[in-house]
Parts: sequence; C-alpha cells; structure tokens
Amino acid sequence: MTVPKRIGKIKFGLISPQEFRKMSVVKIITADTYDDDGFPIEMGLMDPRLGVIDPGLRCRSCGGRPGECPGHFGHIDLIAPVIHVGFAKIIRKALRGACRECSRLMLLDKEKEMYLQQIRTLERLGQLSDEIVNKVFAEARKHKICPYCGAPQQEIKFERPLSYIEEGHKLTPSDIRDRFEKIPDDDIIIMGMNPATARPEWMILTVLPVPPVTMRPSITLESGQRSEDDLTHKLVDIIRINQRFQENREAGAPQLIIEDLWELLQYHVTTFLDNTVSGVPPARHRSGRPLKTLSQRLKGKEGRFRGSLSGKRVNFSARTVISPDPNLSINEVGVPLEVAMELSVPIVINARNKEAIKVFVRRGPDRHPGVNYVTRADQRRIKITSKNSEEIAEQIDAGWKIDRQLTDGDTVLFNRQPSLHRMSIMAHRVKVMPYKTFRLNPAVCPPYNADFDGDEMNLHVPQTEEARAEAEILMRVQENILSPRFGGPIIGGIHDYVTGSFLLTHGYKPIDREDVMELLKKFPPNEMPEPKGYLEDGEPYWIGKQVFSTVLPKGLNLTFKADFCLNCESCKHEECENDAFVIIRDGQLLKGTIDAEAVGAFKGKITDRVIKEYSPSVASEFLDRMTLLALRGIMYAGFSFGIDDEDIPTDAADQIDETTRTAKENVQRLIEAYKAGELEPLPGRTLDETLEMRIMQTLGKARDNAGQIAGRYLGLDNSGVVMAVSGARGSMLNLTQMAACVGQQSVRGERIRRGYAGRTLPHFRRGDMGAEAHGFVESSYKDGLSPTEFFFHAIGGREGLVDTAIRTSQSGYLQRRLVNALQDLEVKYDGTVQETRGMIVQFKYGEDGVDASRRDYASPDNVKRIIQKILKHGGAKS
Amino acid sequence: MTKFAVMDHESVPKHTLLSPEESEVVLRTYGIESPQLPKIHVTDPAAKEIGAKVGDVIKIIRRSPTAKQSVFYRLVID
Ligand SMILES: [Mg+2]
Ligand SMILES: [Zn+2]
Ligand SMILES: [Zn+2]
Ligand SMILES: [Zn+2]
Repeated sequence: MTVPKRIGKIKFGLISPQEFRKMSVVKIITADTYDDDGFPIEMGLMDPRLGVIDPGLRCRSCGGRPGECPGHFGHIDLIAPVIHVGFAKIIRKALRGACRECSRLMLLDKEKEMYLQQIRTLERLGQLSDEIVNKVFAEARKHKICPYCGAPQQEIKFERPLSYIEEGHKLTPSDIRDRFEKIPDDDIIIMGMNPATARPEWMILTVLPVPPVTMRPSITLESGQRSEDDLTHKLVDIIRINQRFQENREAGAPQLIIEDLWELLQYHVTTFLDNTVSGVPPARHRSGRPLKTLSQRLKGKEGRFRGSLSGKRVNFSARTVISPDPNLSINEVGVPLEVAMELSVPIVINARNKEAIKVFVRRGPDRHPGVNYVTRADQRRIKITSKNSEEIAEQIDAGWKIDRQLTDGDTVLFNRQPSLHRMSIMAHRVKVMPYKTFRLNPAVCPPYNADFDGDEMNLHVPQTEEARAEAEILMRVQENILSPRFGGPIIGGIHDYVTGSFLLTHGYKPIDREDVMELLKKFPPNEMPEPKGYLEDGEPYWIGKQVFSTVLPKGLNLTFKADFCLNCESCKHEECENDAFVIIRDGQLLKGTIDAEAVGAFKGKITDRVIKEYSPSVASEFLDRMTLLALRGIMYAGFSFGIDDEDIPTDAADQIDETTRTAKENVQRLIEAYKAGELEPLPGRTLDETLEMRIMQTLGKARDNAGQIAGRYLGLDNSGVVMAVSGARGSMLNLTQMAACVGQQSVRGERIRRGYAGRTLPHFRRGDMGAEAHGFVESSYKDGLSPTEFFFHAIGGREGLVDTAIRTSQSGYLQRRLVNALQDLEVKYDGTVQETRGMIVQFKYGEDGVDASRRDYASPDNVKRIIQKILKHGGAKS
Repeated sequence: MTKFAVMDHESVPKHTLLSPEESEVVLRTYGIESPQLPKIHVTDPAAKEIGAKVGDVIKIIRRSPTAKQSVFYRLVID
C-alpha cells in the first residue's frame, strides 16, 4: 500500500504574463479551427500541440495517445490589456488605496509598520488577515493628499460592471496596470498580497491562456459536421476582435473606434471567464442559449466540484418510483423485470459452476435470468445476443466471467434521499416482479422516510464478493431494525398494520373455525390453537388474542401498557377494563390489545424484545407474519373512514356551541375587567400580556372542552377514534378539530394581531380585542369556516408551512457540516474513537463504550427478567 | 485581581500529572505513540496548576452523564 501523502500547504496566487507564456506550447493567432480537409490548422484553436482527442493520433507536444496526454495550454497575446472580472473588487480597493502619481500605498510609515506587524502575527497563528487588509484599504482611502509625493487624490467612482471613473474619465486597463506596476513590494504585502506570487498588475490580463483541447473537445455530429465546445466559440470571438483591434490600430483608426473595440475585447474576455456577471449581457449561442463558460463549469450543483468531484454517476444502479407490497418480506425489494434484465451480477466460471452457467448463457439477454456480457480469460468482453448465445455457451470455460442478470435472491442496496442516517441505505433481497415500480413492504417506510405519493428510490448492485458480504452482514434490513438513534425499533407497523392488530386483538369477540383459518391463511400453523371455548351450539371458538399469538415466538414473556392506555390515576394492571394492559406469557397474548406501542415503528415493545432476546432473523420473521396477519385482521373486521364519521349528535353540537359561547363571554368579561383596570397582572407580566395569556387560556380550554364533549359521542365504533387511539394515524386533537371546534389560530404563539391599523380585518371594530377578531375559529372543519375564520386559519397555516421550509433547509445544512466533520471518525476494536491519522478523539466511544442500539434500558425489570431466564435454564439442566 | 484556585471550580475536572512510567503504560494500553494523544497547552490554567511540562501526559477524570466517570489523557504541548 502506498503511504498516503499529506498536503502541507496550498498557496493561492496570480499567474504572471511570463508564466502564462512559459507554460504555453503555442501562440494562437488565427481563429480558424480546421482546414477544408478536416485537419487542425497550425497556430489555430485546435493546434495539434494543444493535445489530442482524436483516437489513433499522438500529441505533438508530449507524444501521448488520447487519454494519456493531459492536454497543453496555448496563449493569445492580447493587443491591449483587459481587466479580469474576478478581481474587479480588489482592483477597486487597490486603485483607491494607491497614490495616482507615485503609486505608493497612502499610509504613514509607522501605520504601515503596525499593520505589517499585525499581519505577520496572524500569519504565524495560521489565521486570515482579511480584516486587517480591509482596514488598510479603508485607512489609505481617507488620505486626500499623498503623504509621499503630495499629489492631491481624486475620488474614483466604480460603475458596474468594470468601469473605474476618475475626474469624469474612465481609466483604461492600461492606466490601471501602469499604476499597479509602480506599487513597491513592501506596500503590496500590507495590501494582503505576496509580491512574489501575486503582483496587483497581474489582475489586468495582457496574455490570455488558451485551455487545451482536451477540456473543450469538439464533437462530430451525425451529419459529419463538427460542433465546437462553448469555450472554443468564445475563444474564436476573442481572437477575431483581437485581430480587428490590431488592424484598426495599425491603420491609425480614430480613438472612438479603438475604444469601442477595446470595450468589445473586454466583453469577450469577461464572458469567457464568467458568463453571469451582473450588468454584462450573457454571451449567447446562435440558438439563443447562454454559453457555458469557465466559471459556469465550476459553480453550483452541476458544476465540477459538487457535480463531478464530490458526486458522480455510477453504473449498476437503477431508479424508479416506489409502491407498496405487503406480501413482500421486509428484507425483500420488488424489482421490475425490465430493470432486472439490465442490471447484472458478475460470476467467475470455475469447474463446478460451469454447467450451471452454460444454461444461463444459452438463454441470451432476452429471456430473463440470462447473461448480458461474457468476459473471456484474456479480458475481452463479448456482448451476448440471441444470435451468439448458443455458440458462446459452448466456448465458456473456467476463468471466464459472465454478467448474469439480476434474479430473485440477489443482494442489492436500496436507498432513498436525503440519506440522513445509515438506515437510508439498506441491503434487500431481490424479488423480480412485473410492472415498473420498485416494491417494498410498508413496514420499512419509516427508516427511509418513504411514502408512495410519487417517491423514487435508487438501487445499487454490489459487484464483488466482499461488497456483497459486507452488505449482507452489516446492511441487511433485519440488522437495522434497531436504530442507533434511540435504541428502539425503527421498523414496524404503520397505519393499517397498527389498526389491524388493534381490531384483531381488542376485546374477546369469538371467532369461529372458518374465520380463524381465513386469518391464518398466509402462514398456516401446524395445528390450531386450543379453542377458547364452545358456543351454545357446541361449535368451538377462538379469540383474536389467540390468533395473534401464533405470530409470537415461543417463550416470549412481556408485560407493558398499550399506547391506548388512558394513564388512569391508579392503574389496575391485569384488571384494566380498557384491555390496555398487555400480558404475554410463553408466547401467548393473554391480556391487552396490540397497538403501536407493541408493534409500531419507533415504539414496538414486542419487536424490541424479540430482537434482543431471540435474533434479528426471528424479529424479521415476526414482522413479516405480523404485517400479513394485521392486514387479514383489518380486512376481517372491515374498516373505512368517511365524512359522516365526523358527525356528532345534535345535543352534543348544542353543548359545544354553549361552551364556545360562554368562552367568548368570558373573554369579553376579561376585556372589560382590563379596561376597568380591575385585572390583576400575573407575576412578571405586564397587564397587556396578562390579558392575552388569560384569553388564550380561556379559549384553549374551550377547545379542549368541545373536544371532550365530542369525544363522549365518538367511541371505539368510530374508525377515526380507532386510528387515533391505537396510534395508527392522527390524534384526538385532529378529530376534535374535524368534529367540534378548530380553535385559536396563532402566529408565533400569540393570537393574530397583524393586519390593518388597530384591527386584523375590516370586518371588526378598531380596538376589538374579542375572540373572533383575533383568530378564534369556533367552527369545526366539518361545519366549515366563516370567511374571517378561513382567513385567520390561512394565516396560521402559512406560518406552519414557512416553519417547515426553514427548518428543513437549516437542519440540512447543519447535517452537512456535522457529517463533514465526523465522517472519518472510526470506533476501533479497542473501543477508542480515532480519526484517519490515528489521533485519538475519545478513549471510549461515547465515554461509556455503549452501542445505543444494543443497550437494553437499564431498568430493575431487566434484572428480574435475566434472573428468571437463568433460573429457567438451570432448571432445564438438572 | 485575586488569583483563584482553578481546580476548585466544580466545572473543572480532576487533572493529574502522570509519571513517565505511568504515561508509558497509557501509551502501551492503547498501542499508540504520544503524538496520537489529544493535546493540552502548557499555558492551560489547569496544566499550569499541576506544574505540567511539555511532553508530560495529563490524566483527566471527568463526570459523565452516561458513564458516571470518564478517563481522558492529554499530551502537554507548547
Ligand atoms: Mg413523498
Ligand atoms: Zn500532450
Ligand atoms: Zn504619491
Ligand atoms: Zn390502564
């Protein structure tokens, strides 16, 4: 292995005209590219000395073939100097800081000494001297008379994009260059530059480097016509103007024409460097498309840095829309046949697999698990077609390699952006399927944060044994059920899975034999559980809890409160009349209801226990069966939600009206008390704040009361309540807002106050502090909102949208910075955290050396369980 | 200004100066060379307080919310 080299230092500077000439292999004087026979013209923009791109030719400068030759720079001698746009700002500062006569930096010697001292100190500390340099320029500019030659200074006005105007005259680049040339070296240092590597006059170009042809290759169109790169187009413009300029000047053209041409040369050089300078119209292609010039190649998301160096396109990958398939295992991914026939896995042929591989090769590329390419022992790659497949199948031998199409059971990596945590890329087993989407079990949506409203995901096929092994051992979905983020299962039931388990396991409704069989159809157990009892007609019956127990591993013991527990003042445990206390003994669900707390993503007490006490395989098996059963459960019970599920009886509606009316009256009374000066301020609050708080309180309570009234009429026979209570989707607050009262709308936690002078809307009197005038929405969504209510609701809603938009961009940037800082840290086998050089960052990972996903909540209950387990084992042995 | 005892402040963890033998043991335990250790400046108030010299190793025992106590070593640098 080669020893990695460390970059000690990077020095930035300007290139001098001499250096430009030194690195140039040819002076370009003609704007033509190719002659009539298609050969590059010498000293033209495609001079063969600038490098080779045509296959079969060799570079005239280095003798390399295309691909070997890196390309070589040429140069254009500009007839008159032009300003480099990138330095417009610094040129302005330097012009204002240097004397117009003697070019010395207009600071007193002792000031210069002081600033030099400060710059040196910062340099020694490895810090930037920008601030001091800015101060130097600011101070120098203040001198109206040069302290050295006494010349009076004139104000230099800067006009976008590149004009420097002194006494009403535009300074030509030559003038500026002349001034800069005279600046003494010592002054340049104080201006924050190193005279050896960056003289200020080098910011004015007299020589323009011509990039090698390798970075602006011409492409031959199908019609045989050559199409040149944008950079070449721009260079043609520059050379043409340069020539015209020279001709005119030699012919002694009038000053006005010369100035125009100079301006034009400046324009072309400017747009060659950057085609998005404000104030400069972008140079366009004949078609009207703006040209992509140097700066555009580097900048932005698609630019060289972010687009080509930090991120690249890869082979053996696919991307398409995702859709759900609950019949897949959580470890699987459904891959469209078309995708599977394009992607491939390399297999090396040996004596043992030769015959089996022959069968694949014979199938050719058009019959599914076929072969797309064969690589012979001499590394020649042959594309398999339906014509040559038979022939090649006979030729293959040990040492050859085939690219077999993706088939069921192959390991692939599946990914959804933004890849914020490691569970954003997991390894799945391929299941080739018809149609055009990737399919996944909805239980794996939470780690990817995926839904099916058009989300797309990427798939990558590992190409080596090592990659595959790593993917299978570390990245399989079942190995990532427990999230290192909070130590619990991030994979689990969502939506209907939770509702289904809830409906199946809640209560003790009898289920007859036929229905039990129907529920267990997808994974028939070897034998039926013992019947719970017998109906009057002698037929045996079972209950949902028993049916659910068939998916629980044997020997599982667990006791916990369901999500749906009301947190009664004194919990009655086993005797809970809501069936919210879950008891599992030896893999039998004895009491309680299975809901989000038991099997949901992010909660999943059962999943958590199974994975810690058994294994990831058992847990994935449990999740697969649980999801299948839950869906059977929800279908068995039947489940729907509609607009009439938000209906409440008339007397409930009356009661709600009553509460909101009294609340509004209470608000009125508070306002009157406030106006009468009878309101007692709360400690540490002003009177106004107190009033606002009391009003918010009153109205908040009104909404809660309305919700409670509605809640009394919405029981477990309401599907909205089932979803809210089981933790499947939505909350009781959502239901309250739909059925009873939407409540107070707010902006930054306060009632809405913005709008017109003294009032929120013209519908209200000035100074009205009442509930309606400040965004209290009395109606429910079902009833519909009044126009003013609707408006306030839109205000409150907009704040929410803006907040989420801001939050995602901010947290995205924070994430990027964190990852950049931490990505190379590694936990070594001795538990220390080290960075790439082997420098220790932590002596024990996280100070305690604990992997958050392996820890098992240090609770006394845990100790009890371990003792019980050991005792049981001991008993078995004796 | 009155000088106050840095080490007495409750937010300053316990710093102890290791003998050359003890530092050798630390390096051997982790299989590292001393430059791989985290650093502390000689002019650091806590380092000054215990009279550390450049090249010494300081053992720092901190309170940790997860591990109760965590041990850290730092190489004294200039
Ligand atoms: Mg989506
Ligand atoms: Zn070359
Ligand atoms: Zn002067
Ligand atoms: Zn309870």
